[in-house]
Amino acid sequence: MALSGLDIYKLLPGGMKPPHPKANCKECGFPTCLAFAMKLAAKQAELSQCAYVSDEAKARLSAAATPPVRLITLSADGRKVEVGNETVLFRHEKTFYHPTALMVRVPDTLSADEAAALARQVAAYKVDYVGMPLALDGLAVEVVSGDPARFAATVAAVRGAANLPLALVTEDPAAMAAGLAKAAGVAPLLVGATAANWEAMAKLAKDARAPLAVRAETAAELADLAEKLVAAGVEDLVLDPVQRDFAPSLAALTQLSRLARKMNFRSLGYPIVAFPYLGAGDAGAEMLLAGQQIAKYAGIVVLSRFEPAEVYPLLVLRANLFTDPQKPIQVEPGIYPINKPSAEAPVMVTTNFSITYFAVANEVESSGQPGWLLVADAEGMSVLTAWAAGKFDAERIAKTVKTSGIADKVSHRKVVIPGHVAVLLGELEEELADWQVKVGPREAVDLPRYLQTAW
Amino acid sequence: MPATVEIPLEKWAGAVRAVTLGATPAEGGTRSRTVTVGGEGTLPFLGFEGQAPHAPAIAIEVRDANPGEEWPEPLTKAWGAALNDPAAWAKAAEAAGADAIALRFGQTGAGGEKITGAEARKAVRAVLDATGLPLIVFGPGQAALDNEVLVAAAEEGAGERLVLGACEDKNYRTIVATAMANGHLVTAKSPMDVNLAKQLNILVHDMGLPMERIILDPTTGALGYGIEYGYSVMERLRLAALQGDGMTQQPMIVTPGEEAWRTKEARAAEGVPAAWGDWQARGVNWEAMTAAALIESGADIVVMRHPEAVKRVKQMIAALQRGA
Repeated sequence: MALSGLDIYKLLPGGMKPPHPKANCKECGFPTCLAFAMKLAAKQAELSQCAYVSDEAKARLSAAATPPVRLITLSADGRKVEVGNETVLFRHEKTFYHPTALMVRVPDTLSADEAAALARQVAAYKVDYVGMPLALDGLAVEVVSGDPARFAATVAAVRGAANLPLALVTEDPAAMAAGLAKAAGVAPLLVGATAANWEAMAKLAKDARAPLAVRAETAAELADLAEKLVAAGVEDLVLDPVQRDFAPSLAALTQLSRLARKMNFRSLGYPIVAFPYLGAGDAGAEMLLAGQQIAKYAGIVVLSRFEPAEVYPLLVLRANLFTDPQKPIQVEPGIYPINKPSAEAPVMVTTNFSITYFAVANEVESSGQPGWLLVADAEGMSVLTAWAAGKFDAERIAKTVKTSGIADKVSHRKVVIPGHVAVLLGELEEELADWQVKVGPREAVDLPRYLQTAW
Repeated sequence: MPATVEIPLEKWAGAVRAVTLGATPAEGGTRSRTVTVGGEGTLPFLGFEGQAPHAPAIAIEVRDANPGEEWPEPLTKAWGAALNDPAAWAKAAEAAGADAIALRFGQTGAGGEKITGAEARKAVRAVLDATGLPLIVFGPGQAALDNEVLVAAAEEGAGERLVLGACEDKNYRTIVATAMANGHLVTAKSPMDVNLAKQLNILVHDMGLPMERIILDPTTGALGYGIEYGYSVMERLRLAALQGDGMTQQPMIVTPGEEAWRTKEARAAEGVPAAWGDWQARGVNWEAMTAAALIESGADIVVMRHPEAVKRVKQMIAALQRGA
């Protein structure tokens, strides 16, 4: 966990009690130790600029600079996915950095053709959400047959069909070795090491330079195994807490993430992998459990099947929760013509929050009616939020109408504002004396009917 | 020698207030059962460190009049002929597993004219007579009509501990006054903002309504349409409540059914990408996923629409509550 400037100050000559003889010596180039500490906290200075810090202080500062959750990379050919490096438990505290990787399970009981077909479907899946391409991240090939040769054949089939990152799931080192032999060019996640097999798994992971998942039921057992594996030279670890149902999974993932992100507990500072289908009775429950695990702290979630109607909501949930709360997705303010509008077509104003924009644009577009969508700079907020924050008031709307050049595009002087900001009507009529201001519906979904009946 | 790991436990200074919906005959109403929500002493479902005495409740939305085209086919198909009759609909909702009924009025009554107090009374009476579940009544969302409908509903259901919604900063006095006069609860709805939620709660409480009769509606967006704002506002409100901020310690109600079924994902059968998957499944998934995420972030009451989504979320709540 990052130290604050004041925490760092206490480790510097000026902040020590009693003060070090070299307190505020300025040799680092900053006027005081406190100023230097603030720069260190902001990562705008290096500790090596001070010659008088103790080794203990150096160790603490360097530990604090290491992310509490290790970054783990799964790669295949050119494609890679990174998980971990999270620092907070709630997205509003800062942001979540690396979206949960979503993988689809491929049991080795499928025929080679079936496995290849599934791999191709998963690899080909792509969906556009407010201009962002969303996709699945990998395939988790699992030993169900118990037969290493069959597993190897399934891995080979999957590799032949898609270049997605992989996880290989078996606790049998012989099967794992057989699978790995067919996974050249990939650094798959190996799932996993247990108290019984960890030495053999450590060797396989080391030789393949692959990350290794640690399986155990309690935080203490996980930490113990993780420490053994690090001592054996495997540093890229993932935790599988083996708590499957909704409540135990939530408790385990919360506890492990608090230990790592809040307490900086190094032996548990790794991303977590979850298998929602092992805790859910059916596909509907699996989707909701996967959603819980995306929201609450899993780095990797393995789904039991590929079903677009389930995958799409999960990918959207992930995109939403991993959006930086300080940087909402925005669209460029300006004029957006929809369905080739003429000079007679309606003018509608909305904000530049991407979801607002897409909601409005989609409705008008799918209605087939032409229109001019005027997007105001509301600093990326939705209509209600922007209005409440004073970013979508009469002044801003009027400015958008006047400076966008929309007056040159249309022959009329009518503009529709969202129903949610109907209260701005009076003020807007003053600001836009040449224009007739009309109050549209509160929801984008009602726009097509409004345009037909009320424009 | 296994490592020693001390599991960190949060010791919160505050807890959410418990709020009871509905009144039995012994309590001056006619409900066959009541529903209590709130009371949490920690974040949702973390039973290892705190109390969660009451499971989140699901209210199923029932309309005073057939919603017609406003509701897409997967929804209308699910309820069938019951859509034309609030009493039959409420019965069907009870059979579908509702903990409470949320009767929502539109701006126009069954006859196509502006809704009147008399019509509202009739619908409230019909629903109260049809089921023994606690009742939430939502006005049409337009101040003058809200006041007319909610006052009529409050009088008709006097003593039933109805929930009247929604008080908003521009219009709450009449609703709070009638709730006080007739022994009801209110929802206080604010636009996705922690401070606005607190402020409205204070205004409502200052009129004399006890805190045990106020439910916060922090407003939410559907999955894909701003759910992250509602999600984070609810997490922040719940954290503030646990940290001891008395004006945020109310149970929270949200309307994932309404939000989810407004999205193109849930509504559009044709002309959408194949990657969106089967329409019928997608709409139900959209509502269930929206509701589930909101429950995980602190919702105490979710108002839902599709019986299949209700069933799934109910199962999820039961599974989570087993550990809480």
